[in-house]
Amino acid sequence: MIHVNVYEKWWIGLTTLMLVVFGTAVGVSAFMGGIQVPIPEARIDPRTVAADPKFKDGSLQMLAPGKYVAYVRAQASPWKFFPEKIEVPLNSTVTFYVTSGDVQHGFRIDGTNINVMILPGQVSKMTAKFDKAGEFPFVCHEYCGVGHQNMFGKVIVK
Amino acid sequence: MLAAEKKLASWHIFVALAALALGASFGPLQALEHMGINVYPALQSVGLQSYYQGLTLHGILNALVWTTFFITGFLGYATAKSLNRPLANITVSWVGFWLMVVGLVMAAVPLLLNLATVLYTFYPPMQAPWYFYLGLTLVVVGSWVSGVGMYMTYWAWRKDNPKETTPLIALASLITMVLWQICTLGVAAEILALILPWSLGLVQGIDPQLARTFFWFTGHPLVYFWLLPAYISWYGMIPEQAGGKLFSEPLARLSFWLFLLLSTPLGFHHQYVDPGVPEGWKFLHAVLTYAVFFPSMLTAFNVIASMEIGGKARGGKGLVGWIFHLPWNEPSFVTQVLAMILFAFGGAGGLINASYNVNLVIHNTAWVPGHFHLTVGTAVTLSFMGILYWWLPHLTGNKLWSSKMALWQAWIWFVGMGIFSNGMHRLGLDGAPRRTMLGVAMENYGNETWTIPLIMVGVGGQILLISGILFFTNMVMTAYFSKEKVVVEMPVAKPYHAGATPVWLNNWQPWLAGTIVLILIAYGPMLFQLISQAQFTSPGFVVWK
Repeated sequence: MIHVNVYEKWWIGLTTLMLVVFGTAVGVSAFMGGIQVPIPEARIDPRTVAADPKFKDGSLQMLAPGKYVAYVRAQASPWKFFPEKIEVPLNSTVTFYVTSGDVQHGFRIDGTNINVMILPGQVSKMTAKFDKAGEFPFVCHEYCGVGHQNMFGKVIVK
Repeated sequence: MLAAEKKLASWHIFVALAALALGASFGPLQALEHMGINVYPALQSVGLQSYYQGLTLHGILNALVWTTFFITGFLGYATAKSLNRPLANITVSWVGFWLMVVGLVMAAVPLLLNLATVLYTFYPPMQAPWYFYLGLTLVVVGSWVSGVGMYMTYWAWRKDNPKETTPLIALASLITMVLWQICTLGVAAEILALILPWSLGLVQGIDPQLARTFFWFTGHPLVYFWLLPAYISWYGMIPEQAGGKLFSEPLARLSFWLFLLLSTPLGFHHQYVDPGVPEGWKFLHAVLTYAVFFPSMLTAFNVIASMEIGGKARGGKGLVGWIFHLPWNEPSFVTQVLAMILFAFGGAGGLINASYNVNLVIHNTAWVPGHFHLTVGTAVTLSFMGILYWWLPHLTGNKLWSSKMALWQAWIWFVGMGIFSNGMHRLGLDGAPRRTMLGVAMENYGNETWTIPLIMVGVGGQILLISGILFFTNMVMTAYFSKEKVVVEMPVAKPYHAGATPVWLNNWQPWLAGTIVLILIAYGPMLFQLISQAQFTSPGFVVWK
């Protein structure tokens, strides 16, 4: 074995302890606290997305009072989300299904944990509860062409 | 001594610096845009079509070209120097160099003509002309060929010295090159199997999720390919420059082996929010990313302890007194120490990025470029500048034109990057996306908390411009207009504790085997699934005209 200085042993120990604490915190919050990253939901043919009845103009459906699903389509050239406005009552839980018929995009809603890539060929799914009234912008966070900076919408919670 | 190797290295540096000069010059323009001053419309007369064309050039020339040319030149030269023998077959290295140059030209033409404004990640289904991708491939293949030149030199040395321990600098250089050759198999597969047939029109569609996975197989170890040459300098040279010795040589070797082992099987941490990858694989890669933090912490201790030995040898006393006795008038040393200080913040931010669901807060926000301007933009780039402050005089025999200017350059970079990066991190926390014309986005959907950090980004960028001008002036003046001749040797740190290196720290087989096994475990099943379920349905798009 190799000689390790006593201070360096402490340093290695502290590094290990720090990583174990952080890793445990992350693991517990994710797998027990429910703060999860996106997981595979469904595949879709990107060539038909712009004609898909749910994704064409985007749509919002109420499953039960306070429980919604939103279908969102991201589009480059012209750069737009469909729909651009999603209005739900206070304390609603909304599950977003998001996809693209052209290039890669991103989807992040201010004030929530929703942050997901939008890939052609994949449907991204994330859920958030809106327990504050107000407007929450969602923006495209992946470069998708020269109009990328104009690509945004908002969730309006009343 | 090593005249032919010096010439080879000089050519690498020449191309690297030319790329950096052009690539970096877009940075201040992007920073100005964030402040609300978009100069790109005025640049259309010189052929620059958009902010994003500038951003693509900035990313590719800085992160891919400057780094790869500098590093390939540096590793080859350091290997020869450290083994104290000429390269076994320098023709191989020249072939590698010219392949890289041809590739660079092939990629640069469509970039400059606004045919490949796809950013340095070139995510499909954005589609550039096929020769753009082939050019990038040739740059990588050229560096592989130069790597073979390094291995031939090592084998020749080993034949002559069967029992000897490989000198640290040579060993670390070889490990870095092996790491690079293994990890670039991902991007090679992405381009050769998916993108080239598709951009040539031989197949109609591509699977973007699969392409991203291949890309990030290379994308994260790529950052260690950038960083390890800086570590070679921090471990192998800085202790000598500080007047000290390398505190623990065995642990330095262990760090490099651990980077080889752990750098590649963690690419999914760039894909935490990808829809097509299950959470178990993402979490496994999160754990492995934590593991690779470990050798960086070993490095922090070892390098600082080595500098303490130097400070104390130079008359410093006490817990902090040694710091003031370090050679604060030596540009090469100061530049790299400042790079290390900002890297500490970059490392802390990196741990946040790596932390699985915590990444949801900052993924693809301005935080991320804020982070990597501390790492590749400072820990790596500022260290390489520091290396050049001794290396260029060493290669040319010309005295560094102005030490004073070099010291100013380092401190100005430190301040400018501190301001710029702090602004970017704050923007990210407030939800500003990365790779976006934030000046326009501010009008569209920004909020008032962005106002001050956007100004910090703008001002920081201009301060960095001043530092860049000082750096390039010094390089050009040293190379072409210096009148004073000097003999500068490559600094080589001696170990603090003499003694034999344990066999397991000098033996390639277990580490290489471990590396391959770990990659197969961490990538094999998921990659197999992504390939077998691939849907090649995405046609190409051009969205930047």
